[in-house]
Amino acid sequence: MERTISFTLNGKTAAVQADDERMLLWVLRSDLGLTGTKFGCGEGLCGACTVIVENEAVRSCATPLKAVAGKRVMTIEGLGRNGLHAIQQAFLEHQAYQCGYCTPGMILTAYAFLLKTPHPTREQIAQHMEDNLCRCGSHPRILDAIEEAAGAAKAGA
Amino acid sequence: MADVVIATDGMKRRDFFGVAGAGLYVFFGADVADAQEPGRLPGRQRGPTDLNAYLKIGADGRVTCLVGKVELGQGAMTELAMALAEELDVALNTVDVVMGDTGVCPYDMGTFGSMTTPLLWPVVRTAGAEAKAALMEMASERLHVPAAQLQAESGTIRESGKPSNAVTYGQLVEGKRIERHLENVPVKTSGFKVIGTSPRRKDGPDKVTGRAEYAGDLLLPGMLHAAILRPPAHGATLKSADTSAAEKVSGARVVKDGAMIAVLHERRDIAVAALAKIKAEWENPPAGPNDQTIFDHIQKTAPQPRVVAQSGDLTAHAGMAGLTLEATYLNSYVAHAPMETHSATAQIEDGKVTVWASTQAPFMVQRAVAAALEVPPDKVRIVSRYVGGGFGGKTEADQGVEAARLAKITGKPVQVVYSRQEEFFYDRFRPAAVMKIRAGIVLNSHSLAAASKIVLWDGQVFGAGEREADPFYDIPNKRVTSAGGWMGGNPLGMNPFAVGAWRAPSVNSNTFARESHIDTLAAAMRVDPLEFRLNNLTNARVRRVLETAAKHFGWKPGRATGGRGAGMACGMYANACNATIAEVEVNRATGAVKVNRVVLALDEGFVVNPDGMRQQAEGCVIMGLGYSLSEEVRFRNGEVLDTNFDSYQIPRFSWLPKIEIVLVDNPEMPALGGGEPPIIAMGAALANAIFDAVGARVRQLPMTPERVKAALAKA
Repeated sequence: MERTISFTLNGKTAAVQADDERMLLWVLRSDLGLTGTKFGCGEGLCGACTVIVENEAVRSCATPLKAVAGKRVMTIEGLGRNGLHAIQQAFLEHQAYQCGYCTPGMILTAYAFLLKTPHPTREQIAQHMEDNLCRCGSHPRILDAIEEAAGAAKAGA
Repeated sequence: MADVVIATDGMKRRDFFGVAGAGLYVFFGADVADAQEPGRLPGRQRGPTDLNAYLKIGADGRVTCLVGKVELGQGAMTELAMALAEELDVALNTVDVVMGDTGVCPYDMGTFGSMTTPLLWPVVRTAGAEAKAALMEMASERLHVPAAQLQAESGTIRESGKPSNAVTYGQLVEGKRIERHLENVPVKTSGFKVIGTSPRRKDGPDKVTGRAEYAGDLLLPGMLHAAILRPPAHGATLKSADTSAAEKVSGARVVKDGAMIAVLHERRDIAVAALAKIKAEWENPPAGPNDQTIFDHIQKTAPQPRVVAQSGDLTAHAGMAGLTLEATYLNSYVAHAPMETHSATAQIEDGKVTVWASTQAPFMVQRAVAAALEVPPDKVRIVSRYVGGGFGGKTEADQGVEAARLAKITGKPVQVVYSRQEEFFYDRFRPAAVMKIRAGIVLNSHSLAAASKIVLWDGQVFGAGEREADPFYDIPNKRVTSAGGWMGGNPLGMNPFAVGAWRAPSVNSNTFARESHIDTLAAAMRVDPLEFRLNNLTNARVRRVLETAAKHFGWKPGRATGGRGAGMACGMYANACNATIAEVEVNRATGAVKVNRVVLALDEGFVVNPDGMRQQAEGCVIMGLGYSLSEEVRFRNGEVLDTNFDSYQIPRFSWLPKIEIVLVDNPEMPALGGGEPPIIAMGAALANAIFDAVGARVRQLPMTPERVKAALAKA
């Protein structure tokens, strides 16, 4: 159904006039111009399109616009808006990316995970990241980075 | 030293720098680009030997380097910047590397073959040295001090012992336009400050913040997204298409151009939904091979074999006491599956075509777009800045041609982003291959170790290609032939879809076969695989990586027990070599293989950026797990059955072994490319480890649980 959907996007109010069955990924990328959220598979299988909705990591390619009405949405552009987040810093420190295409989804999946599980083991991190795909093979460094970010959060807490 | 030339003309490729104005420029001749991958098709069309700028030092002191190579994730941007920071004595963060833009960058054939480091990197480094020498000369005049008494640091040249007498690079070039042509100015040989360190990658800040712009991230005013009608199978032909329902979608436009039917809309998802409303009827292709029958099919349809290696006499050992072992090795089609699907955005303004495309070879795409639009190549600019993974699969960029055609027809900017299904369908897969090897050993009753000398090697390769099909072991009598391969020239219908270069093309297949067979021979002789290899190998570099890997791993002769085992393999590619030792655990009931540890000893010559090299090697180990254990494209009569990551399984976090990369120091050898060589021995290392663990010899990649179980049943 075509209607105006309002939600909070990266801390600001956003209103989109669109068919509310459209997937959030495309609304973010083309209607709202936020291209940091990536298209990878279109079926929620790879995690490149991950965004945060009410502190939960969701696959925006499989989340209809109507599902975020009135909710708080954060994309990769929103995470670092007040200076780099500890996870982003740790990704830089460990060079936890190569082509960078899966990176926003990796970082946001880790962000939601650390909100709920601030002191994870490495095994827990790996288990949680399992369905985020990386083709370049940065996996060990991604785990290192998330571990370090969790440690940094611990130290800061 | 070249003369200082004040530019008077305005060649096209100088536009980028022309805007920037004053500065010191270093140019080079087109012969540098022509020297790259000389055997590769299609070759560069012979044109004027124009001089292209590599390097500018601006009045702001910033260094800009232009290269036609592409940053695919392999870290080329950082490595090239390191060369300039070193030679120019400037901070790494004052060097900008502009890549993959045919409008401003010097010609480059493409980013493949692990060629950036051995061929381009030294040229860029020399350009830095050239510029530095010119700046020192200018500083000498300006400061009235002989050049020998000057020192450069962080972009400032000072008089030794009198640091207040100083001038910056920016001040030296201010208000001037100085040109240098690349000559053989010596580069630094010692006292490195940047080379050999592992700085933060230059692309990091863009990539962790989502700012990195890929070809599908461009949003141009009035831009339309195109969804294109695709056949259900390769070889299917369109009988009829009813587009009326698609045309009724608000804002949608249907374009028919030749065989192409596309739906365009301002929103990609709406264009895709409208495309689904087209009722198309297809004529199925005639029955063709499937993923089971393909190996027979390839042998039957392969072209005349080419002799790759021949020496001695294959019948020389006839009648002597010995052992001959013959086996056939197979590998299936493998997809590149980069996380970014093929994407392009095209715009035509005033007869000039610009296509932002995810491609490894922008200059090849430039020719393709020019041909399709029937315009001269100099009217076409291809920009390939950040690419979300290539691995050989983004050499061609058909999507760029499609976007350009549609931009021409609609008069608007057009974006084409392949769906994952299109990505699998149009991928130029690593070819399915058959490797037959017959190898012989002559027995010597006096000593078992001395007996283990290979005297015969008769290899036939079908489909893979010939690279590294010739074994580097000391074998007096050998003959190796190769028929067809990834590089084209295959008879029509041999492969039911396109094939192409996949990270170290040919070499994964040939190394799997060779190193599996070497292990088979060693096992038949009851000789330790390490000892057996060393007995038959004089190549000092390969011996060294084998010994290094074995030592680091803690290799011990003797069969393992309890479902766990270790296996080794070694290989060479692009002049680099490595030995890979893997430790695996095999579940006899399910056939599942868990890789616990991989040690990779790597000789990459002089290592420019150790952490960058490790990144590539780690990536190779992980991608190697995929082609070894799970990745194969299933198909039937031209239809690709694996269309997404649910059935096509690429490596995941839970697969991770402990990865130990050992960089073997070899500073006397020039720096070599690192993106491909470390992947080549993974297949055989795992096959040999599985054999060690459970006694089952798997001769087909990928070694899926079913194939491991089948091999166990035969063991």
